[in-house]
Amino acid sequence: MQRTQKRSNSRVAPAAAGASRGAAKPGGKNVRGGAKVYKTGWKDRWQGYLAHHQSSARDSLQRMLAAPVQSLMTWLVIAVALALPATLLVCLDNIQSLGQRWDGAPQITLFLNPRATERAIADLQRRLESRDDIDTVAYVSAADALKEFETESGMGNALRSLDTNPLPPTLLLTPSTDAAPAALSALGDSLGQQGLVDDVVFDRAWIERLHQILELGEQLAIALGGLLALGVLLVIGNTIRLSIESRRDEIVIVKLVGGTDAFVRRPFLYTGLWYGLGGGVLAMVLLSLLLLLLSGPVAMLADSYQSDFHLQGLGFGGGLLLIVSGALVGWLGAWLAVGRHLGDIEPQ
Amino acid sequence: MIRFDQVSKRYPGGHEALSRLSFEIDRAEMVFLTGHSGAGKSTLLKLIMLMERPSQGQVFVNNQNLNRLTSRQIPQLRRQVGVVFQNHQLLFDRSVYDNVALPLVIEGYNPAEAGRRVRAALDKVGLLSKEKQNPIVLSGGEQQRVGIARAVVNKPKLLLADEPTGNLDPALSAEIMSLFQQFNDVGVTVMVASHDLALIRRMNKRVLGLANGELAHDGVLQHAANAETV
Ligand SMILES: Nc1ncnc2c1ncn2[C@@H]1O[C@H](COP(=O)(O)OP(=O)(O)OP(=O)(O)O)[C@@H](O)[C@H]1O
Ligand SMILES: [Mg+2]
Repeated sequence: MQRTQKRSNSRVAPAAAGASRGAAKPGGKNVRGGAKVYKTGWKDRWQGYLAHHQSSARDSLQRMLAAPVQSLMTWLVIAVALALPATLLVCLDNIQSLGQRWDGAPQITLFLNPRATERAIADLQRRLESRDDIDTVAYVSAADALKEFETESGMGNALRSLDTNPLPPTLLLTPSTDAAPAALSALGDSLGQQGLVDDVVFDRAWIERLHQILELGEQLAIALGGLLALGVLLVIGNTIRLSIESRRDEIVIVKLVGGTDAFVRRPFLYTGLWYGLGGGVLAMVLLSLLLLLLSGPVAMLADSYQSDFHLQGLGFGGGLLLIVSGALVGWLGAWLAVGRHLGDIEPQ
Repeated sequence: MIRFDQVSKRYPGGHEALSRLSFEIDRAEMVFLTGHSGAGKSTLLKLIMLMERPSQGQVFVNNQNLNRLTSRQIPQLRRQVGVVFQNHQLLFDRSVYDNVALPLVIEGYNPAEAGRRVRAALDKVGLLSKEKQNPIVLSGGEQQRVGIARAVVNKPKLLLADEPTGNLDPALSAEIMSLFQQFNDVGVTVMVASHDLALIRRMNKRVLGLANGELAHDGVLQHAANAETV
């Protein structure tokens, strides 16, 4: 009651521009075959439209705050549902950045043509060494390779029975550490085009495996996020359904005096938006608290490995995304609930 | 202003509330709708508001064929029609002012203009001093007048009332009727469904008498003899 008193007071503002225009139109004047009757200019209508948005937004927020415990519960449910996949994503991010520290120098093995002369190979080695994107180049001759293979594989006898050496000469390259994955693959392509080179092999299987695992984890996080978003939709949908039910009389009256569906929908959409937004912000808080708790131990652990690794948070963009997606899911949940339940309520 | 053309209304249960009803009401006319309980008075008013659709026939409001209106166009129709109910349909979670302002908020009036009109409507029904109160603390007659203020606040050309004096004592009923009369005097078409034959007779207006969904009487009620047929 107090709330509505306040609202009515705010409308007691002194009459301004629109007054005379509205007064100039008596009851039955602008009848055009019963078509739409515009009683106010578009500017007034726009203002009225904005005013209703404002009052809907304020009103639904006030209704929420009037039942703080219940609202907080809803916010918490939404926050947990949003924070779970976000936490998973943040963890994956951190693992990835940890991986990138070791990812810097994958080895590239160039298998050379077995008929290449020593001079041509030495020439190629020099040329490669002078490139910016290559750090070191080591040469392993076919004979060296055979010797290494014999001692390491224990299949020396089998090989010795062959009269020619089946192993090609190889060059082992280390690319510059700051090479991006795309640059690396371009480097591989350009190396493959060298006349002497038969084959290019990137020696970073474990890193690729890590990437695969991270990718899998990311997909898992997205699937989990989708599932939990569905949960949020249901939670908000149900909350909105109850809210619609409790305002049934009001909806009937609004429809009876000419309220459009959009008008009736508006406060409920704002309710959903507030739930989602609140949930998103709360999820941010939960996630930040979690990271804060973990950052100490992680830094200590990293320190003991002489690493300056530290936990990364969501960052500004990620946080914004979390909040916006919360708001979006809230709005969508409300929209679905309103679409389902508002049609049932008609004046009788 | 209102034209019914061979209108029938059959409810889902199979009961025919109105059968082949035809009549016409001119602009700025004041008409009473009467008949026994279940005669179809409320049904007739609901057809005008598109709260129900006719099973057969056509209803015209303001030369507009209501059969042609889609559900998206219903709000536009309802904004042209003011309605008053016996159970006044006020919202008790807001002030008298906000109840009356509702149609203007819906139409997107700017607050200053809306304020001016709400005050004018409340002044008209004599409740300007109660604008900040909650309608729940008002008497039955006052609540009914709030409902009337809300019905006329956006200056509709057509005013419908379904048993607006049903719960009121004779003095209050007469007061409400004279309010309707005043709106009619300034050109509003008024249609009032009522049981109160004594009051209707005193108003000396055209009366549509319904019996079992059919038009049994159309004209001014003057003599007690006429009343018998209604
Ligand atoms: N929604 C509905 N579903 C089924 N039947 C209905 C419905 N509404 C009204 N009826 C029936 O239609 C008939 C006319 O009802 P209506 O409400 O129009 O009468 P009325 O003249 O307004 O009566 P009263 O004076 O008691 O208000 C009644 O027999 C009623 O039972
Ligand atoms: Mg009735």
